Amino acid sequence: MEGTFRINGRHELLEFSERATLLQVLRDNGHQEVKEGCAEGQCGSCLVLLDGRLVNSCQVFAAAAVNREITTVQGLGTIHAPHAIQEALVEVGAVQCGFCTPGMVMAAYYLLRHHPDPSEKEIRRALDGNLCRCTGYTKIIEGIRLAARRMRQA
Amino acid sequence: MARKIIKSKYFVEEDFVEVLAEVPAGGSSPLPTNQEMKVIGRPVTRLDGYDKVSGTARYTFDINLPHLAHARTLRSPYAHARITAIDAREAAKMPGVLGIIHYQNVDQIPWYGSSFLFDPHLRYVGDEVACVAAETEAAASAALKRIKVEYEELPFVVDAAAAMKQNAPAIHEGGNIQGGKPAVYARGDFDAGLAEADVVVEETFTTQVEVHNPTEVHCSVVNWEGDRLTVWDSTQAIFSVRDTVAQSLGLPASQVRVIKRYMGGGFGSKLTTGKYTVMAALLAQRIGRPVRITLDREEMNLAVGNRPDSVQKLTVAAKKDGTLSAMSHWSYGAVGAYPSGAACSWPLRTIYQCPNVKTEEYSVFINAGPGRPFRAPGHVQGTFALESILDDVAEKLAMDPLEFRRKNHATIDQVMNLPYTSKKLLEAYDAGAKAIGWDRRRKVPGADKGRYQRGLGFASQIWWGAGTPPAGCILKLNRDGSVRLIAGTQDIGTGTYTVMAQVAAEILEIPIERIQVNLGDTAVGPYCPLSGGSLTTPSVTPAVADAALQMKEKLLSAAAAILEVPQGELVYQRGEVRHTGDTSKKKTIVEILREMREQTLLTYGARNANPEGYAINSFGAQFAEVEVDTLTGHVKVIKVVAAHDIGRAVNRLTLENQFHGGILQGIGFALMEERVIDPQTGKVLTVNLHDYKMPTIMDMPEIEVIIVSEADTKISNVGAKGVGEPAMIPTPGAIANAIYNAIGVRLHSLPMTPDKILMALAQKG
Repeated sequence: MEGTFRINGRHELLEFSERATLLQVLRDNGHQEVKEGCAEGQCGSCLVLLDGRLVNSCQVFAAAAVNREITTVQGLGTIHAPHAIQEALVEVGAVQCGFCTPGMVMAAYYLLRHHPDPSEKEIRRALDGNLCRCTGYTKIIEGIRLAARRMRQA
Repeated sequence: MARKIIKSKYFVEEDFVEVLAEVPAGGSSPLPTNQEMKVIGRPVTRLDGYDKVSGTARYTFDINLPHLAHARTLRSPYAHARITAIDAREAAKMPGVLGIIHYQNVDQIPWYGSSFLFDPHLRYVGDEVACVAAETEAAASAALKRIKVEYEELPFVVDAAAAMKQNAPAIHEGGNIQGGKPAVYARGDFDAGLAEADVVVEETFTTQVEVHNPTEVHCSVVNWEGDRLTVWDSTQAIFSVRDTVAQSLGLPASQVRVIKRYMGGGFGSKLTTGKYTVMAALLAQRIGRPVRITLDREEMNLAVGNRPDSVQKLTVAAKKDGTLSAMSHWSYGAVGAYPSGAACSWPLRTIYQCPNVKTEEYSVFINAGPGRPFRAPGHVQGTFALESILDDVAEKLAMDPLEFRRKNHATIDQVMNLPYTSKKLLEAYDAGAKAIGWDRRRKVPGADKGRYQRGLGFASQIWWGAGTPPAGCILKLNRDGSVRLIAGTQDIGTGTYTVMAQVAAEILEIPIERIQVNLGDTAVGPYCPLSGGSLTTPSVTPAVADAALQMKEKLLSAAAAILEVPQGELVYQRGEVRHTGDTSKKKTIVEILREMREQTLLTYGARNANPEGYAINSFGAQFAEVEVDTLTGHVKVIKVVAAHDIGRAVNRLTLENQFHGGILQGIGFALMEERVIDPQTGKVLTVNLHDYKMPTIMDMPEIEVIIVSEADTKISNVGAKGVGEPAMIPTPGAIANAIYNAIGVRLHSLPMTPDKILMALAQKG
C-alpha cells in the first residue's frame, strides 16, 4: 500500500503493508524518536498525536492514519529548539535511561494543552499509561509542573 | 606515572571475583570534600538529557544498517520436552525468508555449562528451538509458524519444593539441586547461642519471582566485515559479550567489536550474553547480511532472567537486654532451568552483630526461565525476611525496633573478620528517624480503628559496591581545548557519561560542556568492569581523576616549554597555566594546544587497588509510612525516607534518579510484581505488561533521600560507593514492617497483594 501522511508538518508519501501499524511505518521511515516498548498498547512509549488525539501508535493501523496529521516528539521540539516540557524534564533530572521519555513528553503535552494548570493528581492520571522502569516518576511530575508554570507565563 | 600489577578481589552480584590489574603504584590521594568542589557533588544536569527528551538518542533497538535482515526466535511451547524431529523446509520457502538455524544445522555451541545454544532437550517454556532471518520481522514471525517440530513431552516441575523431592522429574543429570548440595556457612555455636536466649522467634517467609522488564527489550544488531564481527548490543557488559560471542563462534576476541551507546534499562538482565546475539551472528554469516534480532515483550517475560523466588525459614534468638545471641537461615529458591543463584542470607550474616550464626541454602532447578542477577540479588528478599523477623523479636522484647538495631550494631564484617572502611549506619538511623517522624509510630500495632489504618516501619541495608580495578580511562586534549574522555565502561542509563565528565571538568577546571565522553565500545576504550553490582561509579570515576591529574601535569610541562620558564614556577588554574611571579606569562589550554599537534596530549588513568585489610560496604536505612485500606486490602505507600551511606555523592540529580527508581522497584516487589506459572501446563501466565503488574505513576510515594556520608577516603581518590542496588534493598522490608505497624498482623509472603492483606485481617479477627 501507499499513502501520504502529514508527519510533524511535512507530507510524506510512504509505502507500507496493509497490516503494518502506524508505529512500524513511522520507525521504518526514520522516525525512530517514536519508541517501542511492548507493541501491545501497554507501556505508552510509542505515543503520538493523531489529529491532535493522543494514541499508542502500535495500536493504530497505518492505513487508518493516511492523510491525517501525526505529531511525534520531534514535532514538539528538537535537540536544537526544545519544547518547554523537554527543557523542564532535563532541568529537574526527570530523564534516566530515556527510553520512555518521548512517550512521557507526548502525554505531558496533551495534558497541558487541555489543562494548563493541572494538579498533581491530574498529572498522575494523565501519565498513568506511561510505564517507566527506572526513574521513579517523581521528577517527571516535578518537570511537568515546572513546564506548566512556564507555559502559562509565556 | 609509576604503575604496578596487583591481584585484587571484589564482590560482584553473588560472588567474590579475583582480578589482575595495573594500578597506580603510589595508591591514590583523596580529592577535596564536596564543599570545596565546583562540579563534583553538584546537581549537574545530564549531558545526554536533550538527546533523550528530543528522541535524538539512538538505542541498540534503533540501529539500522543497509540491507538489514530481521531475526525472530522459535521457542519451546512445553515446559519439558525433547525434540524428536524438526523440518524447516516449508518455512524456508516462505516469502522473504533468508535463513533458518536449529540444532541439526548448527555446531553444538556450549551454553549454560552443560547445555548448548540449540539443545534438543528443552527445559522450559521459552527455551530456544530455532531462529529465522527474513527480509522483515513479520516475514520471520510468519516463518516460525511453519517450522514443523515434533516434541516428546517429558514430565515437568515448576515448583522448587516439588523439584527437591526424590522422585521429581530430573531437569539435569545429577538432580535438581544445583551443585548437588546446599551452600552452608556457620560461625560460633548456634545451639549454645540458642540456649542462652530469653526470646526465640522462628518464622518462614516466601518471596516471588520478579522479572526485570526493562523498557528497551533485549536486542542485538550484528554485521560481519570479512571475519571481523561488529555487535551492537543492549548490554550492561560490553567486554563479556565480546568474549562470549568470540568464544561461541571460535573467533579471537580481538575480531569481535561490541558497541553500546544508549540503553533502555537492564537491572541485571543484560549482564549476561544472550543466545540471541550469537544466533544473529550465525545467521548473518550464513546469509551474508547484517541481522537485527529483538525479543518481544512475551519473550522478555520468559527467557532473559528473573529474580529467583525464595522460601526462607529464619530463627532469631536474643537476650533480655536486646543482644542477639543466635540466628539461622535455611532457604531454597528456584533458579529456573539453568544455573543461577538463589542464595539470600548475606544480609543476615553480616549486617548485625551476632556471634552464633548458621545458614543453609539450596538453589533448585525447575522447568522455568533461568534466573539472572536482579538489582541486589539475594539481598532484597533476604532483607525482607530478616527485617520482618527482627521487628517481631523486638516486639517480644518490648523494645523499639530502631533501638533493637542500634543495640546490635556491627562494627566489623563478621564473615571476613575485617573492619569497614566506613560505616555510617547509626547516622542513617538518626537522620531517617527524624525525617519520617519515628516518634509518631503507633506503639501498639494496629492501633488505628477506622477503615484506613496507618503505620511506620523501617529496614536496614548492606551491600558491596566498592568498585574495583582494572578500570581505565583515556583523556585526549583536542586542538580547540576541549577534552575527549574514552573508557570501556557503559552508561546503562544511570548517568555514567555525566559523572565521568564531572570529574574531569572539576580537576581540569573547564566547563563540563567542553568534555566529550565516548563509552561502550570494546574496540576503543580501555577495559572497565561490567555495569552491575553498583560497581560503575566507584570503579571508573577514580580512573578519570587519575587521568585528569596527569593531564594537568602535562599542561604545566607544555607551558613551561613554551614560556621557557621552570615548571616549578607555574600554577594551573581554571584552564590556564600562569607564572607565579610574572603575571604576563600565561597560557590557556587553547593556546597551549594551538602550539602543539592535534591530540598529542594524552593520558591514561587507572583505578587504584582497594585497600588491604578492609571490608568495603554501603549501608542505609529506609523508613516507610503506609496506609492500609482494610475494606479493599489495598496498601498505599505514603512516604519513604532513604538515609544512606554511599561514600561521596558525585551527582545529586543522578543519585536521586537511582534512589527513586530503586525504591519504586522495591514497592513493586513488595506489593504487586509476580511471575505466575500455571502448575498444570508449566506456562507463564504473566507475559505482558498488563498481567505482570509493575508500579505506575499512581503508585509513587513522596520520597526523601538523605546522604549521611562524605567521601570514603580509604577507597579511592573520589571515594564513592555504588548506589544502584542499595536504593532497592531495604524498601520491601520497610513496607512490610509498616504494614504490620498499621494493621497489627504480620504478612510472611511477598507480594503483599490485597487478597493476602484481607486474608491476614480475617485471620486476626
